[in-house]
Amino acid sequence: MKFSAEFVQQIADLAKLTIDEAQAKDLALGFEESMAVVEELSQVPTQGLEPTYQVNNLVNVWREDVVNKKQMFTQKQALANAKNTYRGYLVVERIIDHET
Amino acid sequence: MKLNQLTLTQAMAGVKKKKFSGKEIFEACLAEIEVKNKDLNAYLTINSEKSYKSHNKPFYGLPLAIKDNYCINEVETTASSAVLTGFKPPYDATVIAKLRQSGFSFLGKTNMDAWAHGSSTETSDFGPTRNPRNLAHAPGGSSGGSAAAVAADLCVAALGSETGGSIRQPAAWCGCVGFRPSYGRASRYGVAAMASSTDTPGFLTKTVADVALITPCICGLDPLDATSSPEVFPNLINQMKKDLKGKKIGFLYLDIKGMEKTRAYYERVWQDLEKLGAKVEKVKARDPREAIGVYTVVQRSEVSSNLGRYDGIRYGQGREKFGAEAKRRIMLGTFLLSQGYADKYYWQAQKVRTLFMQDFERLFTQYDALVSPVSPTLAKKLGCSEESAMFGELEDIFVEPSAICGLPSASVPCYHDKKSNLYLGLNIMAPMHQEEIVMQVASAYEAGTNWNHWAVVERGDHEI
Repeated sequence: MKFSAEFVQQIADLAKLTIDEAQAKDLALGFEESMAVVEELSQVPTQGLEPTYQVNNLVNVWREDVVNKKQMFTQKQALANAKNTYRGYLVVERIIDHET
Repeated sequence: MKLNQLTLTQAMAGVKKKKFSGKEIFEACLAEIEVKNKDLNAYLTINSEKSYKSHNKPFYGLPLAIKDNYCINEVETTASSAVLTGFKPPYDATVIAKLRQSGFSFLGKTNMDAWAHGSSTETSDFGPTRNPRNLAHAPGGSSGGSAAAVAADLCVAALGSETGGSIRQPAAWCGCVGFRPSYGRASRYGVAAMASSTDTPGFLTKTVADVALITPCICGLDPLDATSSPEVFPNLINQMKKDLKGKKIGFLYLDIKGMEKTRAYYERVWQDLEKLGAKVEKVKARDPREAIGVYTVVQRSEVSSNLGRYDGIRYGQGREKFGAEAKRRIMLGTFLLSQGYADKYYWQAQKVRTLFMQDFERLFTQYDALVSPVSPTLAKKLGCSEESAMFGELEDIFVEPSAICGLPSASVPCYHDKKSNLYLGLNIMAPMHQEEIVMQVASAYEAGTNWNHWAVVERGDHEI
């Protein structure tokens, strides 16, 4: 499978990553190499098989919907690692009225 | 013998008999770190003596190295990525809390491939770790800092984590023991997530008996990780020093291309296992190259989802700080999960994963345990990860099949190359939740051969 620089750029946008042209070229080559291995899987007959996404046979693990106070952070703890706070809140970037 | 050179088993016995204290061992390790870490870069963060916790709990404050993807309360935790520079989690990972309860102390955080993406520890944003057996070589990865810390006696034992082969491969390359219990045995809560359906905490240690002592400390059901297993964990200590009489062992992957240089050494392993009483047969398993394909799809997809949380808002730096390898993996995963491609690649890979589950099930009806090489080669030279965008996967070809199935498995030293001072590792695998079988084979092999230098010293030195 071929990856154009434009397509790679589009994937980067989806993943909210910024890449330059040189990186786009480099990534395209890496993706092609990886996809060559992945595409071999399409030769494997898998009709009628269920996919495996959980390997230790647990099904629907539930818990009571109660607050676990031991798991709570204080406001100070919750904000301690944030770069930008305002009066005890996290400040986020404006995302509306923002051209992409 | 210096106190930092003790195995966990020796350290326990000596402290119990009051020959030395946990604090003295802790300090001996710190002193050795001071001397060697400049060259090795095994530790990213080093704790001070103040972090030694003296108590009478079972493990006497014995000092461990902790891979940098485990959250320790108020200790910088970066997963070797610049994205998390300065991040001090306000809580302990469950595994860390359990180790504290058992009475261990923490020497510091060890280097790894950034986000555990790799098999060389070269993708760390804080520089590569060198292999203490031969400084021109890589330690393997992603738990390369932990493996190097054990191999250079900079700790008593080290916590690592495995997704594809990240405990077993660096253990093999650094000539120490690595063990990953079954998927779900140890909680993933508080571990920087890589691929949630295969991430598994485990240890790098000096001997197999050390694994048996320490692994139960971190295992057990955790309400904070819905995938943690409620199954009772087996007694591993009882499996030490048994013989292998009547055990049937299947030998995998000897004829795979790339094994030409090391095949002869593994044939010797075969003979040694037979001498110990096992019946060993070469057996054909599903082509491990297919497992690379499955792993690539599953891992990249889960990475793209898991690393989506790093937005630089609540903690950490912005996404512009992701390194080249992380970008490569996030983006390939984003592509694989995107509309139109998910059916073709993601679901097909998960179905082939089912075939691997079935294949191991079939093999374990015929054999008690399976063994194989860990890596086709001795530790490669620094810079090796630049060979290919698929470097990690190609190195982990023999360990990825069992990893995608979540099987308990170990790596034990099985050859020492005198010229390079490097080691090969034997991969030992057992059915889901049957860790005791891995331990029985690993312990018997270690006791019956002389490849593990710590075990050799321990045998000759019952009275420390």
